[in-house]
Amino acid sequence: MGFSVYIILVPMLMFLVIGLGSTKLSPRAAGIFGTLGLSVSAVLSYITAFRYFFAEGLQEGIYSSITAWSVEWLRFSDKLHIDMGVLLDPISVMMLVVITTVSLMVHIYSFGYMKGERGFQRYYAFLSLFSFSMLGLVVATNIFQMYIFWELVGASSYLLIGFYYTKPAAIAASKKAFIVTRFADLGFLIGILIISFCTGTFDFGLLTADNASLAVTSMAGGSFLGLSTATWAMTLLFMGAAGKSAMFPLHIWLPDAMEGPTPVSALIHAATMVVAGVYLVARMFPLYLFAAPDVLTLITYVGAFTALFAAIIAIRQTDIKRVLAFSTISQIAYMMVALGVSGMGGHAGEGYTASMFHLFTHAFFKALLFLGAGSVIHAVHSNEMEAMGGLRKYMPVTHWTFLIACLSIAGIPPFSGFFSKDEILSAAFSHDKVVFVVLLLVAGITAFYMFRLYYRIFWGAERQYEKHPHEAPSVMFIPLVFLALLSCLTGWIPFSHFISSDSVPYDLGINWWIAAGGILVSLIGIIMATRLYRRESDLPERIASRWAGFWNAAAHRFYIDQAWLFVTKKIIFRCISTPIAWFDRHVIDGAISGLGTGTEKLSGAIKGIQSGRIQTYAAVFVWGVIIIAVCVFIF
Amino acid sequence: MNILSVLVIIPLLTMLALFVSKGQKFVRTVVTAGFGLQLLCAVAMAVMFLQERAVSDAPMLLCSDTVWYAPFNIHYTVGVDGISVVMILLSAVVAFAGVFSAWNMERDFFAWYSLLSIGVFGYFISLDLFAMFMFYEIALIPMFLLIGVWGTGKKIYAATKLTLMLMGGSAFLLTGILGIYFTSGASSMNIMEIVQTGIPVNHQYWIFCLTFIGFGVLGALFPFHTWSPDGHAAAPTSVSMLHAGVLMKLGGYGCFRVAIFLMPQAAQELSWIFLILTGIGVVYGAYGAVVQTDLKYMNAYSSVSHCGMVLFAILMLNQTAMTGAVLQMLSHGLMTALFFSLIGMIYGRTHTRDIREMGGLMRIMPFASVGYVIAGFASLGLPGFSGFVAEMTIFIGSFEHADMFRRVLTILATTSIVVTAVYILRTVGKVLYGPVQNPEHLKLDDAHWYERFSAVALIVCIVAIGVWPSGVQGIIYDSLAPIVEHLNLF
Repeated sequence: MGFSVYIILVPMLMFLVIGLGSTKLSPRAAGIFGTLGLSVSAVLSYITAFRYFFAEGLQEGIYSSITAWSVEWLRFSDKLHIDMGVLLDPISVMMLVVITTVSLMVHIYSFGYMKGERGFQRYYAFLSLFSFSMLGLVVATNIFQMYIFWELVGASSYLLIGFYYTKPAAIAASKKAFIVTRFADLGFLIGILIISFCTGTFDFGLLTADNASLAVTSMAGGSFLGLSTATWAMTLLFMGAAGKSAMFPLHIWLPDAMEGPTPVSALIHAATMVVAGVYLVARMFPLYLFAAPDVLTLITYVGAFTALFAAIIAIRQTDIKRVLAFSTISQIAYMMVALGVSGMGGHAGEGYTASMFHLFTHAFFKALLFLGAGSVIHAVHSNEMEAMGGLRKYMPVTHWTFLIACLSIAGIPPFSGFFSKDEILSAAFSHDKVVFVVLLLVAGITAFYMFRLYYRIFWGAERQYEKHPHEAPSVMFIPLVFLALLSCLTGWIPFSHFISSDSVPYDLGINWWIAAGGILVSLIGIIMATRLYRRESDLPERIASRWAGFWNAAAHRFYIDQAWLFVTKKIIFRCISTPIAWFDRHVIDGAISGLGTGTEKLSGAIKGIQSGRIQTYAAVFVWGVIIIAVCVFIF
Repeated sequence: MNILSVLVIIPLLTMLALFVSKGQKFVRTVVTAGFGLQLLCAVAMAVMFLQERAVSDAPMLLCSDTVWYAPFNIHYTVGVDGISVVMILLSAVVAFAGVFSAWNMERDFFAWYSLLSIGVFGYFISLDLFAMFMFYEIALIPMFLLIGVWGTGKKIYAATKLTLMLMGGSAFLLTGILGIYFTSGASSMNIMEIVQTGIPVNHQYWIFCLTFIGFGVLGALFPFHTWSPDGHAAAPTSVSMLHAGVLMKLGGYGCFRVAIFLMPQAAQELSWIFLILTGIGVVYGAYGAVVQTDLKYMNAYSSVSHCGMVLFAILMLNQTAMTGAVLQMLSHGLMTALFFSLIGMIYGRTHTRDIREMGGLMRIMPFASVGYVIAGFASLGLPGFSGFVAEMTIFIGSFEHADMFRRVLTILATTSIVVTAVYILRTVGKVLYGPVQNPEHLKLDDAHWYERFSAVALIVCIVAIGVWPSGVQGIIYDSLAPIVEHLNLF
């Protein structure tokens, strides 16, 4: 299936065409080039997926890993070399489908949303660059290729968040996103260094083969500061994943990243890039499970905590994109937990399947939510809930599609989120009851804040709109309808037949006891939201005032941003960089300059000796002779 | 005539031709032709090198040898291996690009510029320690005039400081070279011969320290780097380009070719001292850059960090890390030249380098700004640019050592990539993005064609190495094999 390499190369080509053409291309041409490129990629990945899952992939009852294309890119030493290649296995093929579908929808949608914006060409160039990098990331054959594309998605995310580069908030957000993820990537890099040093390879196939036996044997024995080598390596790797996937406490960049154009948030900060961390853990799953199971426990708890933490903050946000951002953090944490509670093979590996399933369904309904929000923002020219209300009459398509997405994320059958969430809950139930309870609680909170959002946008009293709000143009609502269809249908895919921890298809039914619990909790959340927000009242305020301190803290996102700001501004700038710069200018350079002035002083002091007066020379000469003569005489 | 000597003769002829040329147009023609020819010649030399390498196992190729001063058996010996070839190509590219960045300079400037090039190219092709040292000095002296006469700001102070510090390094070097001459059993100063005969171990220690520090001063070895911020800030654009891009590489190359290659036992045993110094330099330079407000100062500190990485990797004494070191020299040379050329464009228009006084330049000078963003990405080690390849090779190579000391240092060095991102994005955000700070700036024009040419040429090289690194990496890696083998004998 060598053609699959073109899935990645076509967007790259489009990036070059649009990027180099820049303003010489008309905006329309740039958009068409970008969209066409992505359409080609999408069609090719559908063909790839079809052929992989139904023809070539399944061999003797196991989905095999196919290296469709590979070249050696850089050779470090006799053993270590970076290859660039295309690895097809169930999760990478699934990701190809997700990325190209959402990206294509975003490309089409942006025609309407970004119409008339300055830098339209640049926008499409960056979208193509991002698609290229993201596709390259998921098909990576080795961990270093993944790291390379990992950095590239970070850079394209930086460029797109900072798309409105004259807006100070956008600049700050893009910088923050890049630096926070870069900091996390440092962990990723050191993890790679440790793993490659021990095992002598970057290759995923070799690393994960036979229950990661290579890593288990080669990393055995060593320890550093009381933790084993494997624990260090896998924790550091998870640090990289946590950075990209916005896990606590590295989540701070994602809400700010909403400063970018809304379709970008849909693509990068909801559906694709932010799940890269989950994808990385899934990719390295055998290593986690067999070499460092303690790190898997860490992942479970970090995930569970993040899910709850972000969900609570989401209740208190008033910017609709930030609500969605925290909801994204919370849902990705769900996926992380699912991986954390997973085992290997068959039903023990339910969490693995569930995680990938939720990644798949979440991508569509979350992209739909963002694009819907974009449509609303497009109509009312504001992100704030205060500026919205009663919009369901003006924007019927947006309203209905948004409702479908809300039901889906709340986990109401028969929408897709129900199926994947149920699997996660069931996996958590069989592994760890505490985590299960937390997740169940999060499910309720999710339903609550999503419907709070829904009611405050589409119900309630109408606002004084400057211009009459209107439904989005058809290039914008066609993607909405398409994604809504996917949100209705994708849940019915028998996911365990395609993706499982050991690549062996198995049957996984709905656990109705747990499903009933999940639905019940979600319904409670929805009913509470309906009671509080369907009609405007002062009830929410009164309830909130009972826990004023807590709610204020939630509104300020529990001051995590401030804590980080303290570290960077106060500690790094004030206590490290400024003293270093001072030290350099005054102590080190001072010493060198001191040497210079010292020499000058010294020569000033002794230059009197070379006076040029013959009498002095003669006197010194005579006295010298006398002193020497006396010395000789005495000794 | 040997092609390597041609590389010295072309700048010499350019310089002579400049003395008789009148009028700026004529001067430009002469300089462009001269350095263009030089670049072609360097490429031709590289091709010849590759052809000869395919059939020969000799460590040095394209050799030629002439007796220069018989009583001391001083020879003019030239020859190249993959490392010098890469350095020569880098020098030719940067020097050529520098000509375009100095488009409006006068005749005398270019004359000194050519003299400096003679020194640089002569240095990289020399195999005789004496000739090498002489060319090294030739490269340093014109710098004083180029900064002192055509510089800006505190130019005399900066030029004096720079020259004196580097001369101080030269004093160490000369002592070291004399030490090598008198203690080795060799009958000449030819490096390849000295390697064969070797230097007694008890003498290696002091000679190693002298030569490593001597060359290290030019390679921005902490704490002998302070000439760099002042010097770069005061120097005119193309001189900064050549100085940071090429001249600082003379230091790294010398540490490698002389200090480590000739004193292998001392290098093995004393490397830890210098590893600590360079490790500090890598992190220290990066943190120092974070709070700078002058674009050139920021870049100078960034150079301390990046060049520290070169020396750091060389001292790891294994093939992968040393390959990374050479790649880093190449990459840093191109990148920093690009940076200085863009800073020159911005400074030439806004007449300020203070990042607090600028803002929103992206709208005003899109070309220069996009170039700056690209340079920034290259500098912070984004894949697709040369810096990434170099840094990753260094990290992988350094981590190959099994001892904890070197690994911890490596991890310390890797933290610099985060700090680099901080200062690069901070400047990009302040200078290029945001609202326009100074309404006067709205009237400024974007880059001229010659400035564009200079920047594009460098960007193409940076991207080419970043996208397809295996070609140049292979040349370096193979050339290092015999050297590392020699080092591991002890």
